[in-house]
Parts: sequence; C-alpha cells; structure tokens
Amino acid sequence: MGRIFSRLMSELMAGRFVYTGELSPGKSTRLEDLISSATLLKRHVVACNVTDNPRARANLSSLAAAVAVQERAGVEVICQMTARDRNRLALTSDLLGASALGIRNVLVMSGDHPSLGDNPSAMPVYDLDSTQMVSLVRAMVDNGTDLARNRIEGEVKLHVGVTGNPNAVPLEAEVAKLGRKAAVGAEFIQTQAVFGIEVVERFLDAVGKLELPVLVGIMPCRSFRTADYILRNIPGVKISQDYLEALKRTEDIQDKTLKEEKVDEVNEEYFSRMIRELRRTSRVAGVHIMGVNYDRIVGRLVERIGGMKIDLDNE
Amino acid sequence: MIITRKKPFETIEESIKSFKKVFIVGCGTCSTVCQTGGEAQVKEVAEIIGEKCAGYTVVESPCDARILRRDLMPKKAEVDSADAVLALCCGAGAQSAADFTGKIVVPGLDTLFIGKIERIGTFYERCRACTDCVLLDTGGICPYARCAKGLLNGPCGGQVDGKCEVGGYTRDCAWVLAYRALDRHGRLDVFMKYRPPRDRSKTPQEITGRK
Repeated sequence: MGRIFSRLMSELMAGRFVYTGELSPGKSTRLEDLISSATLLKRHVVACNVTDNPRARANLSSLAAAVAVQERAGVEVICQMTARDRNRLALTSDLLGASALGIRNVLVMSGDHPSLGDNPSAMPVYDLDSTQMVSLVRAMVDNGTDLARNRIEGEVKLHVGVTGNPNAVPLEAEVAKLGRKAAVGAEFIQTQAVFGIEVVERFLDAVGKLELPVLVGIMPCRSFRTADYILRNIPGVKISQDYLEALKRTEDIQDKTLKEEKVDEVNEEYFSRMIRELRRTSRVAGVHIMGVNYDRIVGRLVERIGGMKIDLDNE
Repeated sequence: MIITRKKPFETIEESIKSFKKVFIVGCGTCSTVCQTGGEAQVKEVAEIIGEKCAGYTVVESPCDARILRRDLMPKKAEVDSADAVLALCCGAGAQSAADFTGKIVVPGLDTLFIGKIERIGTFYERCRACTDCVLLDTGGICPYARCAKGLLNGPCGGQVDGKCEVGGYTRDCAWVLAYRALDRHGRLDVFMKYRPPRDRSKTPQEITGRK
C-alpha cells in the first residue's frame, strides 16, 4: 500500500471528513437517470458507490454504469463488486477492465444470495469470498499478478474497500471477520445502514484497533413505507423507533408536496443530528449516504451540516 | 448416510410406461434408513406396478459393485427378463446397477445430500464431499454444506441474529455456529486465520485417478 490513486483515498488519508453517495443501476439500458442522479450528487460527495445487482436482481452492470457515471457526470465512483455472480477469472477480468477504464475504487462483498433475487434458480457462484476478493485486488495492485501468480501487464490502480455491519449480532464474529479483511489489505470500510449513534459507537470501539477509515452508512427513507420495506427486507438493518414514528406521522398528510417537504424535514432533522454527533467522535472518517431514488436529500443533508466543500476548502 | 427422497409415483409411472417389465432394486443401507428404498418401499412399488414387475430385491448396499453382484446373481433370470431396472437407491447405487445389468435404469429416488439423521424423516446436510476436509478449522461445522454461499472466511452480511438470509432466517448461520464452537474450544485464533480460495482443481477424479 502507500500509493494513492483516487480522490476518495486522498481525502481519507488527509483525515478529512468525507461524504459518499450511492447510485443503483436498474434493469434497464437507460443511463440517463443515473447520470442525472450522479450530476446532482457531484457537488456534495467525494465519490459515489455504484451497486452490483443488489438483492440479487439482474440489473445493468455496475462496472458499465460506473464508467459511464465517471466519464459523463465527472464524479468519482466506488464500483461495487460481489462474489455472487463471477468466479475468480471473471472477477480478475472485470478488475482489470475497471482499472483500465479509470475506476480507482472498488467495494467488494459476497452479495445477496440468488435465492432472494429475481432469478432465484441461478447458480450461486461464490468461488471467492469477500476476504479473498480483497487479497485478489492486493495481488493485482501490489504484486502485479492474479491469484494464480500470472503476471499482469501494466499497473492496476485500485483501492479496495469492504463492508461491515454494525448491527450484526454477534458483533464479535463480524469484527473478527473485518479484522481478517484488514489483515489481507482492505483500505476502507463502508457500513450497512445504521439509524442510531450507540450502535456506531459500539462498532467503532470494536474495530478501532484495525485503523481503517470507517464510512458510516445512513439511509434516509423517502417515506414511511420505504422505511418499513427496508426494515422487513434488508438483512440486519435496525431502524430506531423515534425515526419510524416521525415518518409515520407524515403518512396522514394528503397534499403530496407538503408531505414530501415534511418527510425531507424529518430526514434532515434526524440525520443531520446524527452526522453532527458522528463528526464529533473524530474516529468516523465519513458518512455514506444511501439515498437511492432520493437524491435531493443528500444535498439537503450535506448543506445543512455545513457542506463538504466548506470542509474541503478550509483545510 | 446418503439421504434420498421418493420421486412422486406419477413420475415413476410416466418413466416406466414404455417398458413391459421392470426389475426393482432397493438398498439395504442408506435408503432403508431413509425409508425410501427398503424392503417395505420396494414391496409397495412392486404392488402398485403389478404385472409390470419382473421381480425385486433389496441389495445390501447397491453402491458396492461386489455386493450388488452377489445379491443380484440369484435373481439373474428375473433381471434378464426386464427391460429396465427401477432403482430405489441413491445415484451411486443406481449407476452401479446400470453398469452391472447393462439395462436402462429408471431412478425412483432423488438423492439429496450426505447428511446426519436426527430421527426418522429428519435429516440435515452435513457434507459436500469437497475432497479437502476443513472441519478442524471451522469448529466442526462444514462451511460448504452449511453456509448457503460456501464462504470460507466468516459470516456474510446476510446473517441476522445468527440466522441465514437464505430460507427466511430459519437456518443457523454456519459461520456464527463455527465462531461459537471455536470460542467454546478456546480456539478463536483459528477463526481469525485467513483461509485462501479453495483449490477446485482437486476433483475426486484427479485424486483417485479413476473415471
């Protein structure tokens, strides 16, 4: 390690508090929506994650979308890659492609099981797991080889991040797993969505010794129904009662614009307080805002807290 | 044990409809314990297919070619008179019967897995025959058989309170079980160890040098 290839990593290394956003390609050939979302997010985040078939739905490729977003919207991306759909040959190949096309950050994960997705009879690949994917990236970047030690021509310029779940029970097993990911060369952690500061504190206490930058995931919900869906469908997410109740109260508002405005207020209020508290605990490297299909909230939140730009400019 | 399940009788009936005579082979070992290919089940199928049945026998362990030969020899005339063999045993037994008799083999059972028998009718998958047993490293919990993703380096983000995302959080997460077992044995250092990717070139064929 040591060399810095991306803006994300350079900000993290400089110890500046960063915001990252998230874009989720759909089952579509239309890139326009992604590009316009990315353009909206650009002012507020240092980089944008591009998801790889979340919930095991076969969508537009994360790599293709990531390249398009980076080139057309001019925002740096964190290309998510799961172990679910590709064996080590295909993963190596896509990582080479990513580096060649200018992607500089990848986030590796095992990926939701196909049985939960929209092609449930598909073969679950998992030739590698997320930890082994980290060591694949390390071999490519540090040694210029693939896992079988075959030489690669040209440099591979990628930073590799991993996911962590502060909500996990038992947390010890999750932390031990993160320890192993750190030991094989992961460079940053982005967490599953959290809704409370206590859970973050507990997590940071446990992973602090790994000395990896942690970007805490937050997921502002566009409506009470979204929050309810997430609660029931995304593994391991625990939503605080206060937040749920505040969202629930907006359900009775008939006027659509008024309702949206109220929901935005709830999110702004709840998450800006949370981010402020997170920033006070200097151990958090940044916040990963998963406002998928809810781009406007990212800008509102970041601006409310004082903005990323201000932060960056003052340094 | 090799755990098997009966194919629906309609499926078997459809499979054997073009044959005049069928000889039924049961299994005296695993399929007897699973109650899928023992004496009672073989007789039951023989009765249902009636005149189509050329004969039947329960081979002590049809997957062992020597025992299959020993147990089928006394039934040679009946086997010879049949167009097909209906195998009420696992896939290994069925293929062994096919090799020996040279007949068309109709599988009467579906082979599910190598498993542990809790009690009659309650089986748990415990082994995937991976060719390179890792149980010492995993607290005696097989990650291939028991982790839906076959992961080698700990639980994924899909486990909630120790339960797996596959199957609606009803099954235990193999890696949480492994963590707890290793903790109980005072061997958490083993849990922490990095396990490199599996060498999938180690096939049983390559190891045994046989077809």
